[in-house]
Amino acid sequence: MATKGKVTGIIANLVIVEVDGPVSQNEICFIRLKGVDLMAEVIKVLGNKASTQVFESTRGLKIGADVEFKNHMLEVTLGPGILSRNYDGLQNDLDKMTGVFLKRGEHTEPLNPDAEWAFKHIAEAGDKVEAGSWLGEVIEGWMPHKIMVPFKLQGDYTVKSVVADGTYKTKDVVAVITDSKGKDIEVTMVQKWPVKVPIKAYREKPRPFRIMETGVRTMDTLNPLAEGGTGFVPGPFGCGKTVLQHAVSQQAEADMIIITACGERANEVVEIFTEFPELEDPRTGRKLMERTTIICNTSNMPVAAREASVYTGMTIAEYYRSMGLKVLLLADSTSRWAQALREMSNRMEELPGPDAFPMDLPAIISNFYSRAGFVYLNNGESGSITFLGTVSPEGGNLKEPVTESNKKAARCFYGLNQDRADSKRYPAIDPIDSYSKYLEYPEIQEFLKKNVSEDWVDNVTLTKDILLRGKEASEQINILGDDGVPIDYHERYWKAEVIDFVILQQDAYDSIDKSTPFERQKFMLEQVLDVYHTKFNFNSFEEVNPFFKSIINTFKQMNYSEFKSDKFNDYLSQIKSKINEGKAV
Amino acid sequence: METSAFQKIYTKITQITKATCSLKAEGVGYEEIATVNGRLAQVVKIQGDSVTLQIFSGTEGIPTNAEVVFMGKAPTIKVSDELAGRFFNAYGDPIDGGPAVEGKEVEIGGPSVNPVRRKQPSELIPTGIAGIDLNNTLVTGQKIPFFADPDQPFNQVMAMVALRAKADKIILGGMGLSNDDYLFFKNIFDNAGALDRIISFINTTENPPVERLLVPDMALTTAEYFAHEKHQKVLVLLTDMTLYADALSIVSNRMDQIPSKDSMPGSLYSDLAKLYEKAVQFPEGGSITIIAVTTLSGGDITHAIPDNTGYITEGQLFLRRDTDIGKVIIDPFRSLSRLKQLVIGKQTREDHPQVMNAAIRLFADAANAKTKLENGFDLNDYDERTLRFAKDYSRELLAIDINIDIEQMLDTGWRLFAEHFNKSEVGIKDSLTEKYWAEK
Repeated sequence: MATKGKVTGIIANLVIVEVDGPVSQNEICFIRLKGVDLMAEVIKVLGNKASTQVFESTRGLKIGADVEFKNHMLEVTLGPGILSRNYDGLQNDLDKMTGVFLKRGEHTEPLNPDAEWAFKHIAEAGDKVEAGSWLGEVIEGWMPHKIMVPFKLQGDYTVKSVVADGTYKTKDVVAVITDSKGKDIEVTMVQKWPVKVPIKAYREKPRPFRIMETGVRTMDTLNPLAEGGTGFVPGPFGCGKTVLQHAVSQQAEADMIIITACGERANEVVEIFTEFPELEDPRTGRKLMERTTIICNTSNMPVAAREASVYTGMTIAEYYRSMGLKVLLLADSTSRWAQALREMSNRMEELPGPDAFPMDLPAIISNFYSRAGFVYLNNGESGSITFLGTVSPEGGNLKEPVTESNKKAARCFYGLNQDRADSKRYPAIDPIDSYSKYLEYPEIQEFLKKNVSEDWVDNVTLTKDILLRGKEASEQINILGDDGVPIDYHERYWKAEVIDFVILQQDAYDSIDKSTPFERQKFMLEQVLDVYHTKFNFNSFEEVNPFFKSIINTFKQMNYSEFKSDKFNDYLSQIKSKINEGKAV
Repeated sequence: METSAFQKIYTKITQITKATCSLKAEGVGYEEIATVNGRLAQVVKIQGDSVTLQIFSGTEGIPTNAEVVFMGKAPTIKVSDELAGRFFNAYGDPIDGGPAVEGKEVEIGGPSVNPVRRKQPSELIPTGIAGIDLNNTLVTGQKIPFFADPDQPFNQVMAMVALRAKADKIILGGMGLSNDDYLFFKNIFDNAGALDRIISFINTTENPPVERLLVPDMALTTAEYFAHEKHQKVLVLLTDMTLYADALSIVSNRMDQIPSKDSMPGSLYSDLAKLYEKAVQFPEGGSITIIAVTTLSGGDITHAIPDNTGYITEGQLFLRRDTDIGKVIIDPFRSLSRLKQLVIGKQTREDHPQVMNAAIRLFADAANAKTKLENGFDLNDYDERTLRFAKDYSRELLAIDINIDIEQMLDTGWRLFAEHFNKSEVGIKDSLTEKYWAEK
């Protein structure tokens, strides 16, 4: 018998329910209001009173309304048909919803029950299997989508039968497996999983040892993100967080991208809806939408579902990782999620932590980050979830609780700098404050040496030093005046500017410059380091500025040209001759 | 709102605070409206049989035996074409002496548009002001505030933008508007002969502050009617959102909520987003564009109100007085229109993005030169030229009294480049420079 209850208190989306039986923490219930069911989650229990957060508006709700408990936590439905869908935070298919406005209590199927899938078996009768083992596969769009032993099954099983290859619907039984006691279990293509519990159907999670290419030079060259790694992008508004995330989502070297738009602007998601079906994935030539799933809980959608949306995104990512795929999960932004937690904690009258955020915020965030990672599956294959989140620090202050919580958990930090943004130096990632812990990993250094070049890591370190010394020189010039410092200082400053303009700055709206493959990044870095290593002959500081400006201008033309095209090579030889002219003899 | 015969009247109030009162009542819905001795109130909390009401006009003089009548519905407004040209208070009652409006009764603050049913905003809104059209182009369906100190002429600029924007309807939501500003809007719309397409919801400083909380929802629900059902281009002007947020903090304080940054309620982001996200482009052609005003205190944008606003809106417009030319300009550094990328270089001339960026970069160089000068250093030739450029650029393009079309703005840009710089200093893509460089 399912537990039932009656509403006894309402404060915005916090609803107190008096229950007639057992309830569990995080259990899902439905509150009946004028013929529709409002989904809610238990967040506190006190005696026979359960506090629930309602995922929708409670307008018009009255005391005494009926509540029915579902005896399970918030779950997502996993199966073929998730790819290229647009979901809300609770995995309702937004395209299936009727009407222009979202209707309260409208729930739609995440998968299409009538879709037919061409099933090809992988496992044979007699095979030993466990949770996550691959039984067969269907082709989802272009991608082999594995049908796995449900993650909820514990222990060892033996395959009793697998259906013949052919066309099946998601809810058709495709295999029967037997547990150790001889009990048969029918397996379909669909399974459910609670979003707050990590899927652990893998053998081990090694340290990340490969780079994930994003095509964004200031990330890849200076502070690379590892495959299976974690990073975050904090920045005041207007510094280009979203543009950067979109660039990464378009260009990153991943099989699948999951974008969770968590509490951000609706028009930004609309941009993805509009452009992704048109834009091409530079690596495969397929449309970007074919590798993307969007979880969208924009800022005007119910606040409580914001938290759900990031977990829904992560769980879907884990599901696809278990198929041996390289998944990139983007969340914009974790601050909105933290604020949703704060609103709820406040309504529950909990004692507040810093800035009125709940005390356990850092723990919640690092727990979430820990679900990312590179894994070896039980069958020896590998898969990964790379996580990149944004943070919208209150008042642009990087010492606020959400940024600090993220900093504790993430391994890459891409801090956006207001001054860079103000002077339109995009992407505005601060080259000096930002870091990638992965650069210190011996595994990653080895990978870069082998795959880029022997001296790559040294060159990257040198580049960072040049930038730092350039910044110091610029401060000196500002304090002492142009003629108050040796000409050397000007040279040092401008050599750093060359790196800034040519490597760090990148035009996200130019069809060529927006994405730079690693090979080209390597080539360009070598060119600007050549400039750095050249000793120039200047008679006065007035000569320094125009000389480097002209070099920078030609380099920028190079960035706008096809790699190694005639035009590109032509600009390069122009630069070479300029360098020769200015060289000290 | 008259009382119908069978409605139950409660007369026993158990608790009164500065903004709320509580009583025992049954069958009450959350967010339902009620009257307390004739004053409008809304249910904000129900616990068992105890109902807490927020009284919009304040609780001064409310006795414990006040008559409380529940209306059985959330706040509503009657929408129809009759709204055009009329002035209302925060409750939607006429304040222009005209008759009450008949029409369809809809609840304010209704549900949001399904994001997959939105269309990407794509229609440029020309204003003739180069600081906006050239550097921070506006698009229908956008939401953007003016960030301005109280002494700046934001209401004037906003009215100018509204009148030039060629919208089908302009809806003014005035919150804590001074009576003088209210009359300013009334006159300027009247003089422009635009009164028939303007609808105003006004809460002046003479009205109780909590009433303000109704104004944006009234304005935006009306906007949704015209944009969604009548497929019209609607422009909503909200001034001043800082006073709206102040009212939110008053209420949350009265309800004993723990304040977050700057004494604002923890839900400030969601509260503001719910309003601003009503800006939308519908596939059928109607749109809601929101231009708001957020007044700053001493230019501080890290305060919770402008900060949260900046994260929600699609850019912001900064007004600043440029002492070099003695005029108010749209600050090119701090201002931003996030949606401009959707139209510039596409609906405008191809060189638009690059001209915009180059000019701003040179203007930034001028700012550096100025700092040098202030610190007592000598300027080099390039510095001198950037300073001359900055002055011309400010006067001919950034000042708010400019009214030219975008093509002219771009030509002006190229002319100023050629007057002060050589091609490599401007650093625009060769293909464009060859085509547009204005030889002296």
